[in-house]
Amino acid sequence: MTIDATDRRIIAATQGGLPLVPQPYAAVARKLGLEEAELCARLRAMQDRGVIRRVAIAPNHYALGMVANGMSVWDVADDAVARLGAQVGALDYVSHCYERPRALPDWPYNLFAMIHGTSRAEVEEKRTQIADLLGDACRAHDILYSTRILKKTGLRLRSKEG
Amino acid sequence: MSLDATDRQILNALQDGFPICPDPFLKVARDLGLSEDDLLARLARMKAARIITRFGPFYDAEAMGGAFCLCAMAVPAADFERVLTKVNARPEVAHNYERSHRLNMWFVLATERPEEIEAVAGALERETGLRVLCFPKLREFFIGFRVAA
Repeated sequence: MTIDATDRRIIAATQGGLPLVPQPYAAVARKLGLEEAELCARLRAMQDRGVIRRVAIAPNHYALGMVANGMSVWDVADDAVARLGAQVGALDYVSHCYERPRALPDWPYNLFAMIHGTSRAEVEEKRTQIADLLGDACRAHDILYSTRILKKTGLRLRSKEG
Repeated sequence: MSLDATDRQILNALQDGFPICPDPFLKVARDLGLSEDDLLARLARMKAARIITRFGPFYDAEAMGGAFCLCAMAVPAADFERVLTKVNARPEVAHNYERSHRLNMWFVLATERPEEIEAVAGALERETGLRVLCFPKLREFFIGFRVAA
């Protein structure tokens, strides 16, 4: 995965968002001294390589009533976690779904899925749905609710050349 | 602000993706049966009201370089503030949450190079006298999430 200095300038110019004008890519290109076609080609290339996950809007969960969330964690059989993890990740109420290593004996869970809902009760109901989906492949599960934000720093690209 | 059916249609449609082409709003507006002006005005209004948090490319931090790791510690209540001060003092600690579990402190380490993750976690163990469990991402399943508007 290589991104060059121009890609980095594009990232720096767009990671805060695109302008809400009829030709947003032309506006960004002008600011960077690039042709619009080159900017679009580079954005598409970064999207193809996964550097850009998607170009889209992110709605405010809270404003749309999704005020509750919990980090659900699951001990899923190793030979089933890839298949079942993909199914859990595809659920529209799950974000941030990852396979991670267990830390035995303290931590038997290898699948992490953040569940979002309009209430704690709805999150619990969705957790039950996931338990049903995993079935016998899941040996144990738990859910961790955040009780306090202790630090929150945005992950921003550092200003260095690629 | 209150959202009408058209606002909700826009929120639902644009969570799935936005085109990379010279007149992307015109294209989206046509798909939704709206005028370009109306679409832009509604987006601007929803952005100003913070219904839309961000609009644009979402970059994968790891693909841009750098390493990330979710870590957790079991911190005794009496020791919590002392440990928190030491953990949060580290610039590599990006997010940190208190959670309802024996492992009650969960944070993300973000470093320039992968080998620095282990070094920072080790330094935190020495400074706090507590174990730092590392849960690096082995596989990512990240496709379905959307908020129904």
